[in-house]
Amino acid sequence: MNTKRRDFLKSAGVVVAFSWSVPTVFAQAAARPALPGSLGTNRMLDGWIRVNAAGTITVFTGKCEFGQGILTALAQIAAEELDVAYERVEIVSADTARTPNEGQTAGSLSVENSGTALRFACAEARQILLKLAAAKLGVAVASLNVTDGTVTGAGSVTYWELARDANFNREASAQAKPKPPAQHAIVGRSIPRRDIPAKMTGGAAFVQDLRLPGMLHGRVVRPPRYGARLDSFDEAKINAMPGVIAVVRDGSFLGVVARREEQAINARLVLIGSAKWSGGSELPDSAKMYEQLLSLRSEDRLIGEKDAPVPADAKVIEATYHRPYQAHAAIAPSCAVAEFKDGKLAVWTHSQGVFPLRATLARAFGLPPSDIRCIHAEGAGCYGHNGADDVAFDAAMLARAVDGRPVRLQWMRDDEFKWEPYGPAMTMKVKGAVAGGRVVDWAFDVWSQSHNFRPGDPDGINLLGSWYLADAKRPGPARHAAQPNGAGDRNALTLYDFPRQRTTHHLIMDNPVRTSALRSLGAHANVFAIESFMDELAAAAGIDPVEFRLAHIKDERERAVIEAVARAAAWDPGQKGDGRRGRGIGYARYKTVATYTAVIAEVEVNRTTGIVKVPRIWASADAGQIINPDGLTNQIEGGVIQSASWTLHEHVRFDRNGILSQDWMNYPILTMPDVPTVETVLIDRPNERALGAGEAAQGPTAAAIANAFAAATGRRIRELPLTPDRVKAALA
Amino acid sequence: MPISLKVNGATHSVDAEPDTPLLYVLRNDLELNGAKYGCGMTQCGACTVLINGAATRSCVTPVGSIEGNEVTTLEGLGTLDKPHPLQKAFIDEQAAQCGYCASGMIMTAADLLNRNPQPREADVRAALADNLCRCGTHNRIIRAVLRAAKGSS
Repeated sequence: MNTKRRDFLKSAGVVVAFSWSVPTVFAQAAARPALPGSLGTNRMLDGWIRVNAAGTITVFTGKCEFGQGILTALAQIAAEELDVAYERVEIVSADTARTPNEGQTAGSLSVENSGTALRFACAEARQILLKLAAAKLGVAVASLNVTDGTVTGAGSVTYWELARDANFNREASAQAKPKPPAQHAIVGRSIPRRDIPAKMTGGAAFVQDLRLPGMLHGRVVRPPRYGARLDSFDEAKINAMPGVIAVVRDGSFLGVVARREEQAINARLVLIGSAKWSGGSELPDSAKMYEQLLSLRSEDRLIGEKDAPVPADAKVIEATYHRPYQAHAAIAPSCAVAEFKDGKLAVWTHSQGVFPLRATLARAFGLPPSDIRCIHAEGAGCYGHNGADDVAFDAAMLARAVDGRPVRLQWMRDDEFKWEPYGPAMTMKVKGAVAGGRVVDWAFDVWSQSHNFRPGDPDGINLLGSWYLADAKRPGPARHAAQPNGAGDRNALTLYDFPRQRTTHHLIMDNPVRTSALRSLGAHANVFAIESFMDELAAAAGIDPVEFRLAHIKDERERAVIEAVARAAAWDPGQKGDGRRGRGIGYARYKTVATYTAVIAEVEVNRTTGIVKVPRIWASADAGQIINPDGLTNQIEGGVIQSASWTLHEHVRFDRNGILSQDWMNYPILTMPDVPTVETVLIDRPNERALGAGEAAQGPTAAAIANAFAAATGRRIRELPLTPDRVKAALA
Repeated sequence: MPISLKVNGATHSVDAEPDTPLLYVLRNDLELNGAKYGCGMTQCGACTVLINGAATRSCVTPVGSIEGNEVTTLEGLGTLDKPHPLQKAFIDEQAAQCGYCASGMIMTAADLLNRNPQPREADVRAALADNLCRCGTHNRIIRAVLRAAKGSS
């Protein structure tokens, strides 16, 4: 057994120091002063930090790593405020028995919420340690210096020596001021990611690598289409297969547990062959998908309105844009390990929210939350709500059938593609008018299914497998989300300085195709539409797209990010597409309150094959104070490339009877030969608040590519993705 | 009937059916984490290992078909303390977001560098054409492979 494995086991131990007294915290929260970031909901200092006599610091976060580098960034913040070497900081993340409850790791909010909490908690911890040191050394706090945990004044003492007397079992006051940015030595540096070395050398890094003693292997069998009922299957045949330990059927939920993984996979195949299903719901006609979606009942909400007269000579144009259902398509199908022992459930999961998952599992299984422990373990990058939570439920169902023995269940590739909740298909209708080189009217309508069917819903149980039980659970309803975050209407409100505008969100209440949160939610499609239409208006006004945008921006940071990308790409206002090559720009401030991002793309269009290639992309980003420049660059570049893939290739295929995208052949993504080079310019603003950046590039990139296509060819494609068929039709 | 396998220089006896994909034997019997399940149908490359030096998809390679062959996984290339030039270059370039594809990328690149020690960027892109990355880390991966090639020249 290797060390990593032992670590996993250790964290699974039943004896756990439990510093959260949740009920009292919540009962009194209303009467207490507001605290910054997630300190507001997790107010005890010792919930965030522990100083160890062995010369290390342990910090706790409710946020989890999925390749975005968050644990490295949070450890940098902690080390900075405490004045200890970065290497001394250990970080424990997202474990319902050990860490703060910070809800979902989503919305590019981890640095803003968890980072802020840790910054204040660690500054306060440092102050507590300094007071102890001052008393011990007989000098004033003000005369003390700290270097890597050693406090010096008249003589010296270390944090590690003070650890026993330092009482962090108290509510945070947030009165200790964090360091001014000018003094930062660790924050702002490209510290290498802590998780990468193990991942490059075969260390246990993923939930897939977790091997518990006596662990069995599970697989599930899903219906041929949404909502189908399981009528029968050949149980005797499965039970006779080598290695099969349990076949689990509950209503139309079907799964198998075997001694070896390949035995579970083989048994699943035989189950698929013998299972008889009936009923189920019909999917929309994919040829008329958008028409059908717009005909469904919707709950409409006016989210922005500004009135001014429209000049009589204004030139009015309108356009309709579409984005299809798109998949998270994680490179690893979702996986979980579950153990049901003495009525208590432990789940190792790559869920983005271990606490909401626990709450929802508790309701699904009829257990008190205190009898369930959810422990985050990394999966492949998820980019939002994929099958992670669902597979946790599935694994728990199978584990319950083999009482006491842990079960590891990884979905097969087709399970993931066919059953994950997709990013919703969306339609955006825009009407605008220009006069005197300025936009004088703007009306934006967006239609979308809900982007949030995550676990944690107060009414429904958003776990796929639970909907198929004999005692079937129901998912929660579609819900509006408040601006500025929004959901389908994320970034629907334009930030441009228009005298007159009207923005409406049509939340589709029916759910013909399963959907939930995909990286950037509605921002991808809304920014694609807004920024495409800005180019259409610029063309109507006869003004260069960059100049036209700048003419409608007052905010200095918005201007700076657009100017930075234009400079990097050597944008030429006089450039003309030659029918094959062209450049385009896209810009947005994510969620209207987070990172500013501008992107310029260069495309090459093959007019014969209809294939669009994007050889080069430039991006600029202002994420306020930068915690880790290389980490930020990695997130922006990754977002650019992923969005290029969405824009050029991706749409979930289906017919009336079911989902047809079930592997990488029928859900192709951008591959190595066609990936653009990306040049990223970061604008550091150390004195500004750190802003979420992980999803900021999705919308601007889509718009930049669509605009580059229009610049190259003089024709515009308003429906994603830019497939060869659509390109050929546009050029015909 | 036990199957005898040579993996990373050591001989192992494994009690599995001959048609078992090598991937599951590596991961579950030998407890090696490098090769990953991604698709099970040779489309993504996450499970790539070297068999007699050639990049091979372990997800469809029956374990019974490779007795007597040399299997190398990510763990066999190098360790944290003594990383292979490719592993070192991937760490130095921070060539990962989630890192799930990394083992397959490195093993495929190792095959490339064996055949072509001084590849051009286009060669690297072509060699990795069938290895999927979903996080968009491609450019870092390309840089890492070129760095490893440069370092070992």
